[in-house]
Amino acid sequence: MYKYDQYDRAMVQARVEEFRDQARRRIEGKLTDDQFKPLRLKNGLYLQLHAYMLRVAIPYGTFNGAQMRKLAHIARVYDRGYGHFTTRQNIQYNWIKLEEAADLLGELADVEMHAIQTSGESIRNVSADQYAGAAADEILDPRPWAEMIRQMTNFMPEFSYLPRKFKIAVIASPIDRAALRWHDFALRIVKNDAGEIGFEVYAGGGMGRTPFIAYKIREFLPTGQILSYMQAVLRTWNRNARRDNIHKQRMKILVHELGEDEFRRQVEEEFQHFLTLHQDFPQAEYDRIAAYFAPPAFETGLSEEIDRSDPDFALWVDRQTVAHKAPGYAIVNISLKPIGQIPGDISADQMDLVADLAERYSFDDIRATHAQNLVLPHVRKQDLHAVWTALHEAGLGEANLDLVTDIIACPGLDYCSLANARSIPVAQKISERFADPARQQDVGELKIKISGCINACGHHHAGNIGILGVDRKGTESYQLLLGGSGDEVTTQAKITGPGFDEAGVVDALERAVERYREIREPGEKFIDTYRRVGMDGFKEAIYG
Amino acid sequence: MADVLRFRDDPVPDEPAVSLDAFLDQTNAASVRIEAGDDVRRLAPVLDRTKLVEVDFPKFRDGRGFSSARVLREMGYTGEIKATGDVLVDLLFFMRRCGFDSFAPDVPFDMDDVNATLSRYPYVYQPAADAAVPIWQLRHPDLVNG
Repeated sequence: MYKYDQYDRAMVQARVEEFRDQARRRIEGKLTDDQFKPLRLKNGLYLQLHAYMLRVAIPYGTFNGAQMRKLAHIARVYDRGYGHFTTRQNIQYNWIKLEEAADLLGELADVEMHAIQTSGESIRNVSADQYAGAAADEILDPRPWAEMIRQMTNFMPEFSYLPRKFKIAVIASPIDRAALRWHDFALRIVKNDAGEIGFEVYAGGGMGRTPFIAYKIREFLPTGQILSYMQAVLRTWNRNARRDNIHKQRMKILVHELGEDEFRRQVEEEFQHFLTLHQDFPQAEYDRIAAYFAPPAFETGLSEEIDRSDPDFALWVDRQTVAHKAPGYAIVNISLKPIGQIPGDISADQMDLVADLAERYSFDDIRATHAQNLVLPHVRKQDLHAVWTALHEAGLGEANLDLVTDIIACPGLDYCSLANARSIPVAQKISERFADPARQQDVGELKIKISGCINACGHHHAGNIGILGVDRKGTESYQLLLGGSGDEVTTQAKITGPGFDEAGVVDALERAVERYREIREPGEKFIDTYRRVGMDGFKEAIYG
Repeated sequence: MADVLRFRDDPVPDEPAVSLDAFLDQTNAASVRIEAGDDVRRLAPVLDRTKLVEVDFPKFRDGRGFSSARVLREMGYTGEIKATGDVLVDLLFFMRRCGFDSFAPDVPFDMDDVNATLSRYPYVYQPAADAAVPIWQLRHPDLVNG
């Protein structure tokens, strides 16, 4: 993985000292809370219901054992012994003290981590395919480009105060594991007919209260022009977006209002201008970064055999491991969705264990996924039983990847100052309802996503089944949605009808699942059945 | 008149700035005032007579002025670009990089904060409207830009 050089270190250290100074001026009263707010947000510090929350960037979801151990240390020393992996491949802590935040950022800098631009109106942490560098279907590892984009987009002077947040994703596979088209700006690395590598470019996606699926705005962008192109997109948006209503300032709104073609025309015009400035990073810099992502020294001649005599282990292997590009290796998914627990939460002790396993069995490589799970990307098949045994003993051995209990949920009203309703208890009740492993396996792939308000941090628009918490005259109410997805056939979920109370929505969801089991055709996943029969095929079962 | 922090040695333009429409209508005005929503590219035909461009920040979170300044520099404008309005010292380094060279904030800056902000970052990751050399170029001193 990427290693900082003296320049990266100096920049991150400067950022820590800048924040230390800003926090001091806030505490001394030289900055008003209004003035301090965007400054702390650009360092990932939110003020939530009970305390400050700090969001730490995990660039493109890749980190190592030493970094995971530091995250565990931070959980113990600065928080309450746990952390929460987010839908942006980041980790956040819920109980941070303002006076300690600069020291915490300093500790992160010691292991080449930061919280730069993890919130606020900024270019956020770049997300990527969690199987990068291991997936059998990728044309190359997308992470060198993601790291390049990290360096291009941190501290961009012109885009210091964008109209709203700006989220980027990069993948290099035909299969989309990163919900590409739900991003403001997204790149799929492709090879053209001439055999050249370039980017297929998408723009204008996003969830929130006005969801849009991104348009493809360019078929093929030469990789060497990415900074010019991104600057063109950002400038077109920065200069032309509304500034009078925070709910209408995301780039998706501008793209929608101008129309796909006019937005593309304006970007292309600005792009041609930027090309004349000759500001793009050279190939040599890509090569320098890419060298850090050279494949690890995979052993050859390894056995493909897995001893499946333990049925629990066999179930876990079938559910949690994915084909690796190197013979004798597997990609291991670690579930952070134990039955009845909080999705994405992990204790400091569990973090230490994952760090140990990564160092011992996965070339010191860990990934965070946008579905709030973890990945050990390079595990020898002969080590799978040892890895499973250790995970199982630590409460991380659940075999539910992409199943009905592998739920994405935002922190909701238990923590968040924006939420209208709680998300976590709903996720826990669904998880308990479907706890029976045989039943989960029978239902098969079904992605449930729960948001506690219309800001949609729990991705309910992209859920095969989505749940949206709303406030109805002072009580929590839940809308049920069907048919969303974040895969290569991106679709937006639709509301089924009138909402439910907390117990009611779990029952309604179960009725939808049972309806699917009745009407599915052989081999159909829930989303396939929904796409075949539409909402009408489910509505009566849900509402009776 | 607010205190002005200025990073230029030439004489201070002394005529009051007029709106962009008025500036384009007149033939001898030298100081123009850009509101957050104005398109500075309209100044292209009259840059020769322009001595001062004031870029207003109605609120500090309105980042359009950053683009206005950088676009002006990319057009080859070398006169003064002054940031006015709700300008905070924490934005100073990025504003300098976008081409601002004078500042008349509604609330005067503390000079200790100014000096701390401007000396904070030893390097820059990407080119802007200033002469700072991006980190990639320091890493590859044998390559010319681009």
